[in-house]
Amino acid sequence: MNMEAFNDRNVADNGYFLVDIEDYPTDGWGKFKRVVKRSFKGELFVGLWVVMREMIRFDIHTVQYPQEKMPIGPRYRAIHEMKRLWESDTERCIGCGLCEKICISDCIRIDTKIDENSRKEVSEYTINLGRCIFCGYCAEVCPELAITHGGEYENASDQREHFTMYEDMLTPLDVMKAGKQLEFEGFGSITPHEDERVKKTPLAY
Amino acid sequence: MDTAYLIETIIKVVVILLIFSALAGIGTYFERKILAFMQRRLGPMNVGPYGLLQVAADGVKLFTKEDIIPTNVVAPIFKIAPVITAATAFMAAAAIPFFPEFTIFGYTVHPIVADINIGILYILGMMAVGLYGPMLGGMASANKFSLLSAARTAAVFISYEVVSGLAILAPIMMVGSLSLVDFNNYQIGGISHWIVWSQPVAFILFWISAFAETGRTPFHLIANDHEIIDGFGTEYSGMRWGLFFIGEYANMFFISFVIPLIFLGGFGDGSFLGAIGLLAKVAFFFFFFLWTRAAWPDVRPDQLMWLCWKVLMPIAVINVVITGFVMMF
Repeated sequence: MNMEAFNDRNVADNGYFLVDIEDYPTDGWGKFKRVVKRSFKGELFVGLWVVMREMIRFDIHTVQYPQEKMPIGPRYRAIHEMKRLWESDTERCIGCGLCEKICISDCIRIDTKIDENSRKEVSEYTINLGRCIFCGYCAEVCPELAITHGGEYENASDQREHFTMYEDMLTPLDVMKAGKQLEFEGFGSITPHEDERVKKTPLAY
Repeated sequence: MDTAYLIETIIKVVVILLIFSALAGIGTYFERKILAFMQRRLGPMNVGPYGLLQVAADGVKLFTKEDIIPTNVVAPIFKIAPVITAATAFMAAAAIPFFPEFTIFGYTVHPIVADINIGILYILGMMAVGLYGPMLGGMASANKFSLLSAARTAAVFISYEVVSGLAILAPIMMVGSLSLVDFNNYQIGGISHWIVWSQPVAFILFWISAFAETGRTPFHLIANDHEIIDGFGTEYSGMRWGLFFIGEYANMFFISFVIPLIFLGGFGDGSFLGAIGLLAKVAFFFFFFLWTRAAWPDVRPDQLMWLCWKVLMPIAVINVVITGFVMMF
């Protein structure tokens, strides 16, 4: 998918231009001339031709939604996902709790314990989607790129306070084994050409 | 009046009613599709193949919807208004020859309900009576938007009756008859005999006023959705609203028959090819109604009045006078 449309926000170079509009006539003679000009200029036929051209060209832009879907940008912030490590298929989350701390709508609840190998383990992790404002701070603050936003925007619930559990967000093991876990390109992730943009720290002040 | 004539007339009336009620529905399908294509959309796609059964779905919806008579409306007038629109539209069809006469099983059929000698006058008069549908409906609804629409209806219809009447006066002077069959026979000699060549101004004026009288887009201010919701139709629901709709679309079809019959040779010499030609012309004029809806913006009510009284009516009068002088000398 071409990301140009998402990344290039400079509208000035995209062919926008000011339309040349004449001043409105003030006297009767000027108004009469405008009427005559408009009547015989054939502007109405220009309009007719434009829509007819579009009909003949048949360049339909409709997306038949339930059957077809538009690609969404990787920066889109929908329901959260929990990623696994590529090397070992274990969870990336280290239970640091930064997401819980930064969450401005207080919707993340995380509980950790020490497991039998003396490693910190996430024992409970829920997100109250009824409170979540999908700001993306949790994904941005996560040091391990473990909690990210996904692209799943079709959600329905019979109540507003819909919780999502850690197990539901976690990439399923079979997807992981098939190597189909999608890496996150959005909020907080490293942008593709970041190394080209890195500048030397200016030390010569 | 013999029995065979009576039966034939009843059959013709029923056939016209059925065909044009159905065409009104199919017309909405074409309108949606053509508008969609012109706006790079697909239009209805889900009900049936390519949305063809959308018409049936809409019909079921309209017929089964609750018929709401709101409080504060003047109920008897509110109930009768949609009937006026639909009925007058179909009554106008009585004097339109839809096809050349043809013979079936040795019986000659005239596809016109009544070839009265005041045909075109009757059609224009019936379409003018149609103004009472939106006007009474709008005034009977307890709704300010409907009232605005009723006022606009009265203004637009009465003004453009003047233009269409004066515009058509010149061809009537040339033909010397008011019957549409006579109009057709006057132009029987082929394309070079069409009235449009001798009366181009009248043709364009009549065409413009046809848009006003059917309330189609450049002059769609009677039910202008973006200003006054649906105008006279705001308080209506179910099949009463549907009758307004059928009336509007039937009117579009009938005026699309009248314009070619008067100006563009009608069905010509009455051959099969001529009948197909008439259908093609009707299709073009109906398509043009949809085409302009996609292309042109609406004019303001005051601009519409300005156009009618200061531009079109003087031109129509001058046209009549010039025609008279040319015929005299």
